[in-house]
Amino acid sequence: MLDEALVATTISRALETGGDFAEVFVEDKRSSSAVLDDGKIEELTSGRDRGAGIRVVVGDTTGFAHTADLSEKGLGEAADAAAAAAKGGGGGTRTVSLTRQNAPNPNNVAVYPADVPKSTKVDLLLQADAAAREVNEVISQVSARYGDSRRQILVANSDGLLASDDQVKTLFSVGCVAMGDTGMQTGRETVGHTIGFELFDAHDVSEIARTAANRAVTKLDAIAAPSGTMPVVVGPGGGGVLFHEACGHGLEADLVAKSASVFAGRKGEQVATDLITLIDDGTMSSEWGAFSIDDEGRPAQSNTLIEKGVLTDYMWDHLRARKEGRASSGNGRRQSYQHLPMVRMTNTYIANGPDNPADIVAATEKGVYVAQLGGGQVNTTTGDFVFGMLEAYLIEDGKITTPLREGNLIGNGPEVLTRIDMLGNDFAMGSPGTCGKDGQGVPVGDGTPTLRVTALTVGGTAA
Amino acid sequence: MSELLELADKILAHATDGEQLEVVAVKSKDTEIRVYEGDIESLATAESQGVGIRVIADQKQGFAYAGSLEMDVILETLSEARDNATFGTPDEFLGLAEPDGVEPVELDLYRDVSVAGTSAKIDLAKELEKAAAAAEPRITAVESADYYDGAYEAAVASTTGIRSTSQESTAYVSVSVLASDGEDTQDGYGFAVGRELADLDISKAAADAAERSTKLLGAKQAPTERLTIVLDPYVAAQFIGIISSTLNGEMVLKGRSPFADRVGETVAATQVTLIDDPTDPRHFTASGADGEGIATRRNVLIDGGELKGFVHNCYSARRAGTTTTGSAVRGGFKSTPGVGTRAVSIAPGATSRDDLIGGIDNGLLVTSVAGLHSGVNPISGDFSTGASGLRIRNGQLAEPIREVTIASTLQKMLLDVMTIADDVEWLPMSATGVSIAIADITMSGS
Repeated sequence: MLDEALVATTISRALETGGDFAEVFVEDKRSSSAVLDDGKIEELTSGRDRGAGIRVVVGDTTGFAHTADLSEKGLGEAADAAAAAAKGGGGGTRTVSLTRQNAPNPNNVAVYPADVPKSTKVDLLLQADAAAREVNEVISQVSARYGDSRRQILVANSDGLLASDDQVKTLFSVGCVAMGDTGMQTGRETVGHTIGFELFDAHDVSEIARTAANRAVTKLDAIAAPSGTMPVVVGPGGGGVLFHEACGHGLEADLVAKSASVFAGRKGEQVATDLITLIDDGTMSSEWGAFSIDDEGRPAQSNTLIEKGVLTDYMWDHLRARKEGRASSGNGRRQSYQHLPMVRMTNTYIANGPDNPADIVAATEKGVYVAQLGGGQVNTTTGDFVFGMLEAYLIEDGKITTPLREGNLIGNGPEVLTRIDMLGNDFAMGSPGTCGKDGQGVPVGDGTPTLRVTALTVGGTAA
Repeated sequence: MSELLELADKILAHATDGEQLEVVAVKSKDTEIRVYEGDIESLATAESQGVGIRVIADQKQGFAYAGSLEMDVILETLSEARDNATFGTPDEFLGLAEPDGVEPVELDLYRDVSVAGTSAKIDLAKELEKAAAAAEPRITAVESADYYDGAYEAAVASTTGIRSTSQESTAYVSVSVLASDGEDTQDGYGFAVGRELADLDISKAAADAAERSTKLLGAKQAPTERLTIVLDPYVAAQFIGIISSTLNGEMVLKGRSPFADRVGETVAATQVTLIDDPTDPRHFTASGADGEGIATRRNVLIDGGELKGFVHNCYSARRAGTTTTGSAVRGGFKSTPGVGTRAVSIAPGATSRDDLIGGIDNGLLVTSVAGLHSGVNPISGDFSTGASGLRIRNGQLAEPIREVTIASTLQKMLLDVMTIADDVEWLPMSATGVSIAIADITMSGS
């Protein structure tokens, strides 16, 4: 992507006025998307973002600058700006010798999306549109989106590290509106992986479309969700968002260090029922949050955060880890070269438990079954979190019955972790997600088997 | 002539016969400073630029963008956009904007933010951190204190005669604090916004953070019940933003608005008048021209509870058989213009906030909501969000409440609006805030 000698010179230049650490992050990202809506191919979009972000660390201060100009002049000016921001002091010449490090790549691409004709991508959208409309005549609107991206990165720093990665993602989503006597309802399904166009060998777009359409149609008969606190069973895959919000963010070392997490100072403690083993794993092959190296050049790792209910570790980036004199856990990520890295999740999941999923529902006399979750949000200081239910049903007398309208559920992370009393053996990953923190979005995955929370507050309007 | 417009003209010169070309070119410069425990935690400075090119040919549309203003990259982008256009479905209503004779209002939105100097900006962030730490004895930590400023310049030009330029600056500070009463810890934020450093009131930002963090200390979950809620201005602005998103001409045409076919009907309580007016410079999001380079204008959406109409860009207007309302919105240079309100507000009432609360026997003052993106569906109208705030009993603010949800539907909430206060707040969002009392909401809790 860039001449190694130029990268080394840039790092040296960034340290010319002093500094403990300097890093060059180069990114070249091409993305393309095609959108169908209202029965028409509305638009194909192609995008290109290329540039470098340079940071210089002096003591506890980080200086950062970025540039889209990858010439020696452009990089030099950015290095100077980052150094000036960090206000080095000291000075002198430091030569940096870079050693290329190769990390295993969990993502193998068979077919680069850029090599696939645009007409093939457009055909997928038309196929999805037809399939969704065939499901039922009440489907009144369909939108579908195809997207792919190829993000090539190179990271080098004054510790001598030089590493690169080539991240290819492909995504397909369908959204449907169904029109009924009581108004409109919506259904959505998204499939995305860190792989190439072979995504569609494993996933039939017509099936994705039918899933979305059926969700919308089912909800036409939905009743208002109940209000109040009750047992909630979350289906396989769906529960990942729950853990992402209930405790994932609270285990990010930057928030922990500033005491802005309810999980600060609780390492070694029992924080969840002993059914719970929570893992954040950047190496999960082809998952949405998988990579070879993180955005600080560190190889992806599988990190156990909670083991049988005991908090074993937090997630770390370079700066937080350096402060604690330990290694980064491969969780330093950034949205683009225009952003500073921080501690982020990758693929966060709960390992399988002992229960048969059917038994979990059967053991629940009255409650709510959530088949598909929407996004969520957490206040890490209080631990209070919400997540949306996009597809949910009542549980009555141990059976899944009437569909429910949409709404949020609210709970408190540390409390909810101690209220999970049944865990299924049917692990599945959920839909690809984008996790937002401090204004930056990064791709993440999550997964769980079926699970039951004995008491969670359901935000409906029915008594 | 602005450099960006000159560049846009150069690109337009590449247009071939039978194609329409639109160029949006932007340039921005940012400074971002975060302070922690009296030291700079991070300082970032950056200049960014980019170009987006839209091609319409044979009634088909294509788009491409690049984060660069280099001519070789731009020409590659142009040919990508052209190629993309060949795959679109022909649509007789596609077409670029054409000047409609309305002159954009001149808005004074730009100051030279570099005048202040980096050290003054750092000092301001440090001052804010100090002020927040000292604002209240129960504040235990300042999680972050940030200063940000940016200057943004854009040009939109097309082969159909559009030539629009804009320039604006933003400066803001924000602070996030933790407060504790020994048992419970809560967080709170405060901010100040303006066009330049001199506009920023540090003491208000610090005081707001202190108030937000301490007033919820000891908050508990409340039992489920149906009651009246009061949205504080910051929450009300988010609610107004969601309502506005349903009054979007494109959503209406595509059958995604619960208010389609209801123009002329009563959709809200008579107290509700909703206006989108980007020409009012008091709006943080004010702008003389829209995303297609058409002059923005004042659009009345709801008047005395009656639905008056929807906002449109050129495409949705043509398709609906009407004219654009100057409501093309685009997310920088990376997308084609969509449709949306830009600076919307609910007309304030004559009641003070205290009197509004004083008139409620049993209610909840909602000071923060969570999960608007996951629990509100602007198509079905279902509304359910996490909430915290203060209980209202017999017209008085009472104990703090957390871990509850509030739920209804957007359609019903508009009709259930009881009172709108007079406490308008201009916020860094596309809607202004004002305290609103809404009846018959389900608060879900223990």
